[in-house]
Amino acid sequence: MNRLTVNGWALALSVTGLAIAAYKIFDLGLPLVPEQNTDVWTLQAQATFVGTGGPAKLSLDIPQHTPGFVILNENFISRKYGLTIDQGKDSRKANWAIRRAKGEQSLYYRITVARSNKAVEWESVPSFPQLPDYPEPYASAVQAIVEDVREESADVESYTRALLKQLNSPAPDENVELVRNQAKNTDQWTSEIIKVLKAVRIPARKLWGMDISDLDNNAVLSPLLQVHNGDRWLTFNPDTGKQGVPANFLAWQVGEAPVSKLTGGRKPGIRFSVTKSYAELIDVARKGAANQDSLFSAFSLVALPVQNQNVYQLLLMLPLGALLVVFLRTIIGLQTFGTFMPILIALAFRETQLFWGVVMFSLIVSIGLMVRFYMEKLMLLLIPRLAAILIIVVILMLLISLTSNRLGVERLLSISLFPMVILAMTIERMSITWEENGAREAILLGVGSLLVACASYVVMTNANLMYLMFVFPELLLVVLGLCLWMGRYTGYRLVELVRFRGILQKDAK
Amino acid sequence: MIRFASPRQLRERGILGMNRRNADFIMRYNPRHLYPLVDNKLRTKQLALKHNIAVPELYAVIEIEHHVRNIADSLADHNSLVIKPAHGSGGNGILIIDGRLGKFYKKSNGSLISIEMIQHHTSNILSGMYSLGGLPDKAIIEYRVEFDPLFENISYQGVPDIRVIVFKGIPAAAMVRLPTRESDGKANLHQGAVGVGIDLATGISTYGVCKNDLVEHHPDTGYRTTGIEIPHWDRILRLATECAASVGLGYLGVDLVMDRNLGPLMLELNARPGLNIQLANSQGLLGTLEKIESFQELPGDAESRVELAKSFSASANTD
Repeated sequence: MNRLTVNGWALALSVTGLAIAAYKIFDLGLPLVPEQNTDVWTLQAQATFVGTGGPAKLSLDIPQHTPGFVILNENFISRKYGLTIDQGKDSRKANWAIRRAKGEQSLYYRITVARSNKAVEWESVPSFPQLPDYPEPYASAVQAIVEDVREESADVESYTRALLKQLNSPAPDENVELVRNQAKNTDQWTSEIIKVLKAVRIPARKLWGMDISDLDNNAVLSPLLQVHNGDRWLTFNPDTGKQGVPANFLAWQVGEAPVSKLTGGRKPGIRFSVTKSYAELIDVARKGAANQDSLFSAFSLVALPVQNQNVYQLLLMLPLGALLVVFLRTIIGLQTFGTFMPILIALAFRETQLFWGVVMFSLIVSIGLMVRFYMEKLMLLLIPRLAAILIIVVILMLLISLTSNRLGVERLLSISLFPMVILAMTIERMSITWEENGAREAILLGVGSLLVACASYVVMTNANLMYLMFVFPELLLVVLGLCLWMGRYTGYRLVELVRFRGILQKDAK
Repeated sequence: MIRFASPRQLRERGILGMNRRNADFIMRYNPRHLYPLVDNKLRTKQLALKHNIAVPELYAVIEIEHHVRNIADSLADHNSLVIKPAHGSGGNGILIIDGRLGKFYKKSNGSLISIEMIQHHTSNILSGMYSLGGLPDKAIIEYRVEFDPLFENISYQGVPDIRVIVFKGIPAAAMVRLPTRESDGKANLHQGAVGVGIDLATGISTYGVCKNDLVEHHPDTGYRTTGIEIPHWDRILRLATECAASVGLGYLGVDLVMDRNLGPLMLELNARPGLNIQLANSQGLLGTLEKIESFQELPGDAESRVELAKSFSASANTD
């Protein structure tokens, strides 16, 4: 392979990677920086009651299907309460229970949603309702209405539409008047419509939800009408007859209203509130999965389940760390223990944060070195000695965790993620270098490794780079290209400019 | 004091950098399958014997841990000897025994060690402590070179050795490496040994360098290191090119020692020789390497190769 071939590959890979990224930026409109925000809404249900000192149970209907929205986050805030969730086909219930509840009690349920165009279908299939036994003159009125409407319709969908038009007509006849007088609000009105639909045995129910455009600390749930056409549920506005779930309507539950049920307490109450905030688009896309247009979602990591996404987000940063190591070693000429050891250390720093990571690394390696120097006197064989150092490292980490727990420094608990084997090997290599080439060289190499680890940490935790690599994984081709190019870099290393400076002395003399 | 050299200054002086050495010389001229020949000192020794190249006599090889216990038997016949790893690098793991004192053995720096310490050291060698990648290794016990009194005044303990860079069979540069107190008897430049350049044509030492500084005297003994005529210079150069021919590596470092009685002996070969020889000679390697590379055909016999090498040096001197 001559240099031209290598550079050709490097160029081709980089151009390909950049071209795909450019297509995604310009044609698909993906933002280049993670600043692009999108609206998210946080809805909170606060259930309150007064405990009587005995056991109490409270159940709350919580959203299951949310057409037009994707649930990003869901929280139950209920100290000391046991929580179970009943999962139905179209409904979910949170059940809180406590052995003793005394005084004012507050339980919170909170979800964060963002808009999504993902199709959502209700799953439950209802049975046909029994023909009700209406009292007169109501029965005749209903009979007249359904007969009229039947003339103008072909199926459940058109029937419901026609019926709603008739019932909400601005010039109602006496039959409609009679039915209308039964209802004083939308809830009752929807119930009336369901009653009329029973006469033609169309299954119907209410869909409760709230208008999220109305940011309110006292939001109310309002009903929509749903009918089942034998295949799926269709949604209508009972007042206007408009079909479909409105854009700002967040579906909360199906069925009858009081959303919370209490046993064992007094004065039950429930309050809903809606707040709006902004979140980064990539977060919404990531958490909600497949929230974007199809080409992007089909070929992007965003389509993966969230926990896999997290793994890939990490994996995608490793090549950047490796590229940095290549740069620091080939162009700058820094020396480290082990080629990619600094990257692994940098990964561990992600959990502990830089400062504590460096402190921990230095602490473990220094103490480990002291123990290792003592072991030299014991004249152990290599493999048992390495194992002994590994055990010492684990013990040190344990001690640090326990001590930090005592002191309340939670950061240090995550030290358990430190790569123990790598640390043990580092200690061993450092002690050998120390003995053979002197303390100066060993410390120099150790500090060099730590510096490279810090630099990798800074690169690998950069939010912009993380976003870029995650949304544009094709940039890996560019990274690969750069690696190939540096693989044929034959110029001087920066440290060589210092190392060979002595050569100039001869001329100076 | 000059802190930095500019890349242009280095290029003008023909300095070979690490990246260029790896990419343009080692990777191009050293086929990987030949590495084991030089990385394993036992195989190097066997190869040398096959080609009638002078090497220190092999006394014994310790291959398994079990034999470590009986190591005293192997040591019994010889008053002075060297124990070293077959796969060692950078002079690490080499133990030099100079004599006995009762139950104890005398190290080259005069300190005494017990047989247990020798056994532990040998165990360490076997378990791969000094080998690249920590692979299990063998320990070689061989003749301890009685070095030529020539270097007595200009080295502090240890064994001074001569390094010759041979490119495509032609010696391209040479230096003598003198141990110092700081290098702990090791002839390793980055550990503080003095590197003294040798003029290829005459075999006379030129400038010396210690820790990046030009020196004309040994830092510990104070004797002049310049102007020393290395004896058997032609034999040394011929030995170097014969080594290159027998091992087949295009870019090779040949390490030799000067024995008081036996003359130059080949100690080891290096497929990735360091770049400090340029500092010792105060001259870059690139010029000579490129000149050798420009030849369509190079002479086959050792004599003409040595003559060619000398001619490069002479022409460099008249520049």
